[in-house]
Amino acid sequence: MKCEDVSNHLISYLDRRTSSADRSEMEDHLGTCAECRTRAEEFRKIWTLMEELPVLEPSVGFDAHVRERVAAEPRRGWFGLPIPKFVPGFMLQPRLAFSAALLIALCVWTARLPYRIHAPVPAPQVTAQNDMEQFQEINDLGVLENYDVLTNLDALSELAPVAERSTTTPASHDHAHDNGGA
Amino acid sequence: MLDVKAGDDASFNFLLRKYRTPLVNFLYRIVRDTATAEDLAQEVFLRVYRAREQYSPSAKFTTWLFRIATNLALNSVRDNRHHKMEVSIDISSSDEEDAAPRELPAREKRIDEHLIEQDRSDIIRRAIFSLPEKQRVAILLHKYEEMDYADIAKILECSESALKSLLFRAYETLRVELAPLVAQPGTHRGGEGRAQ
Repeated sequence: MKCEDVSNHLISYLDRRTSSADRSEMEDHLGTCAECRTRAEEFRKIWTLMEELPVLEPSVGFDAHVRERVAAEPRRGWFGLPIPKFVPGFMLQPRLAFSAALLIALCVWTARLPYRIHAPVPAPQVTAQNDMEQFQEINDLGVLENYDVLTNLDALSELAPVAERSTTTPASHDHAHDNGGA
Repeated sequence: MLDVKAGDDASFNFLLRKYRTPLVNFLYRIVRDTATAEDLAQEVFLRVYRAREQYSPSAKFTTWLFRIATNLALNSVRDNRHHKMEVSIDISSSDEEDAAPRELPAREKRIDEHLIEQDRSDIIRRAIFSLPEKQRVAILLHKYEEMDYADIAKILECSESALKSLLFRAYETLRVELAPLVAQPGTHRGGEGRAQ
């Protein structure tokens, strides 16, 4: 290595950021060249001198000033569009916004569940309808128990539709039979 | 920084606490004015906040941060120099100090005067400040921020070999400027620590 090459390698040599080959080459040169050796020693001293500079601490209000300036910045949302002030801050955070959307979706889904459970089932309605029919038949029991009416075929024919309807449920059918027997 | 990008304010406060001191010191050593250094440091953090959406994880955060700081500081120094030159023309041509604030007198005389009138820290600070802008930034990032050559080269937009040459010239200048201090025995006081 020549003195001209030292300028390219001396800093990295002093920093210990050079390859072992370059390092040994530099050490060979410094062993023979007093001028470069002095320069290397003085560079090290300069670095030590630079460490003497005191550290300047930022003023007490530094952080507060930065935060004030940041807070005064217009908020930007997706695609860099400005966001109105009434939009809560957490909505600007994608993860929180996603969580909020998920929560809302869960609430909506849960709210829909009771409707499915208590949805009107046709079978009980049919039962209720049969109860009403049976009640009507009970109302007509007086007619059925009247012997004169029973002996009148025309009157019996009037009961035909009721008798037909009563066939839909075995219970009412039995009632009709029982009453007929009586 | 990715958390800041995602809108996490706590992460921004963490970055603020971690980098405010090195940043203020770096800027102070370039502009040599406490108030200006603090203003510039605030501006750096504000720009980081504004540009958080554009931050790419491929770039090291410190490199990005100090690149913003370097650009702001050098612009401030240039603006200030321009302003001082205007003032010196307007006020008086007899005031040599104002007329040529960055002109260096003969080295030996300058150092001797400083040894008498100023303390060691001020001499070192002045010597650093007297370096050309790029050399100054290079040694500040190299010595105080302990950055890799590749990162400093990115900030200064030059090649690594050009950076090594820049550093060599900067330390060579300081070696001459600070020769009286270097020659003094027991120069290291060691009580004031580093910037980081």
